[in-house]
Amino acid sequence: MASAAERHTFPELAKRAVADTQLRRNIGNATQTIRAKRAAVVAEVPDWEDLREAGRSLKEHTLRSLDRYLVQLEEAVTKAGGQVHWARDGAEASRIVIEIAERHSVKEVIKVKSITTEEIKLNEALEAAGIRPFETDLAELIIQLGDDVSSHILVPAIHRNRAEIRELFMRKLGLTELSDRPSDLTAAARTYLREKFLTVPMAVSGANFGICDTGTICVVESEGNGRMCLTLPQVLVSVMGVEKLVPTWEDMEVFLQLLPRSSTGERMNPYNSFWTGVMPGDGPQEFHLVLLDNRRTDVLADRTGRQTLNCIRCSACLNICPVYSRTGGHAYHSEYQGPIGAILTPQLHGMESAASLPYASSLCGACYEVCPVKINIPEVLVHLRTRAVAQSGFTLEKLAMGAAIRMFDNPRLLETAQKIARVAQRPFASDGYITGGIGPVRQWTKARDLPAVPSQSFRDWWRTRR
Amino acid sequence: MSAAREEVLGRIRQALSRDPAGEIDIARSYRRTAALHGAELVDRFAERAEAYKATVLRVDAAGLADALERLRGRFVVPDDLPEEWLPPEFIRDHRQLGHRDLDAVDGVVTGCALAIAETGTIVLDAGVGQGRRAITLLPDFHVCIVPVERIVASVPEAVAALRTSLPRPLTFMSGPSATSDIELNRVEGVHGPRRLEIIILGETPD
Repeated sequence: MASAAERHTFPELAKRAVADTQLRRNIGNATQTIRAKRAAVVAEVPDWEDLREAGRSLKEHTLRSLDRYLVQLEEAVTKAGGQVHWARDGAEASRIVIEIAERHSVKEVIKVKSITTEEIKLNEALEAAGIRPFETDLAELIIQLGDDVSSHILVPAIHRNRAEIRELFMRKLGLTELSDRPSDLTAAARTYLREKFLTVPMAVSGANFGICDTGTICVVESEGNGRMCLTLPQVLVSVMGVEKLVPTWEDMEVFLQLLPRSSTGERMNPYNSFWTGVMPGDGPQEFHLVLLDNRRTDVLADRTGRQTLNCIRCSACLNICPVYSRTGGHAYHSEYQGPIGAILTPQLHGMESAASLPYASSLCGACYEVCPVKINIPEVLVHLRTRAVAQSGFTLEKLAMGAAIRMFDNPRLLETAQKIARVAQRPFASDGYITGGIGPVRQWTKARDLPAVPSQSFRDWWRTRR
Repeated sequence: MSAAREEVLGRIRQALSRDPAGEIDIARSYRRTAALHGAELVDRFAERAEAYKATVLRVDAAGLADALERLRGRFVVPDDLPEEWLPPEFIRDHRQLGHRDLDAVDGVVTGCALAIAETGTIVLDAGVGQGRRAITLLPDFHVCIVPVERIVASVPEAVAALRTSLPRPLTFMSGPSATSDIELNRVEGVHGPRRLEIIILGETPD
């Protein structure tokens, strides 16, 4: 029986996911659809490559002076009537949110979709404190009602089909009649949540951008649940990673072009909300911004890994990835999936809990090509593999690689090894491929095809020709 | 100052301590304007807004009266909406209306700060004729009047013009609310208004 840690490695989870043909079909169709939409709207922008370069350089510029920009944002938000809090880790951020809720005697909060609050497990912390969080994004609602976990950073319930969602809504929302048409399912969610929007006095959101010179915060969304949460309650708390800054308002001209086209494949997503502190008579009259580190400063300290912090969470890399589009998101065992998850998760949650993730890639480079802020994901993957190996100490793999170097270095040793392999593979080889095997060979063939050693090597063939 | 603040800022300074001195230049070679003018600009805006399933009407001053005359039911309007933009039955919002009142009306009529042709977007900045954010959120039907001279070509032109709107809240709207969360099927109308009608007002320039 595999240990819990082994069960959560990418190869183990991927094997189970790939065996699920319905899941493969759902994910395959979905990623293909969204890839085509993105490609069409990117193609109509003549200066797309210039925008990508602007996005990359803006992010790198900001990170290089991050301390100065954070202080500038703090001053601007405070001046506009907001309150700024700093959190070293997820537990501290959750404590801040809970204290605000308790000060207002709030027992329920409404939430805008936020991966950052998933990362810090805010919902669990709120529930433990007796405060009930209501997810209001349709996909997040599906995940929350189903006690499920997200499998895509943009469309978290991408692994669920309409029949499953219908069954879930009927059971959890107490409905006796409901069709499986997406429009009817959406209408059911609207009716269920409308009362919450009208009555719950506090909302929690993430943030897509924090604009330093004006103290303006931005949330982009589609459904209007974001606008509801950002407008109707009396108290609003936004939890934002320290890396989400842009220097000036004008810089939004770059990201408002890059993000929607890369993300949902639209020219613009339906709603973008921008607010600056508190506006008398319009929206929440108390605003808190929680600036979250949670190991982002460790990522910043690694000069190769640092570019990971450029990410604007568009999900283009998930949709293009040949690995993600077959395994789906659960194989990554993280709130950040796909190629960006493979580099972000080990850096945020620690290498020890995610050492297999940097290997969850064929290094084909498609993710780098579509990234709107030019994160060189393959470069960071290789860099993290090096770190994983350096941290792993003595392993069978290292021993085997050492032996392989000696073998490939010496023609006579190689020939002897080939002879032995030809005999040893007999029980496991068929149609030119090895399936099964023992020890490390079995580890390899579990998720991959391993060509059998042919009956005649090139060297043997060459000898007979001469 | 909190201990957390000092620690996070300290960690950032430590993380950056081995970086070479100097700032990283920002690459600004992208387009700041789009070559769209006159009738082409207005056409592009109308076409792109319709692509999101918004209804688009193009009227002159006389046509506006007819378009408004058709609106049936009770509409909330900002307290400073011009007289000639009023629908037959209206309630002016002086911020006296509660959320339930707004939820109960049939629609809302507003103006806008500007509109973006390339993306089919309208932007509200809580300025004149637009009201507070809640009035364009809770009613199920939003009618937005866009004078032709408010249409700009590109996102950078819009962002530049909106600098003076801050610190008022800004809302960019591109079509009615929508979701693609179920099998990536686009459904128009989730929590925000399920219908958006855009009335482009004024003579289309040559």
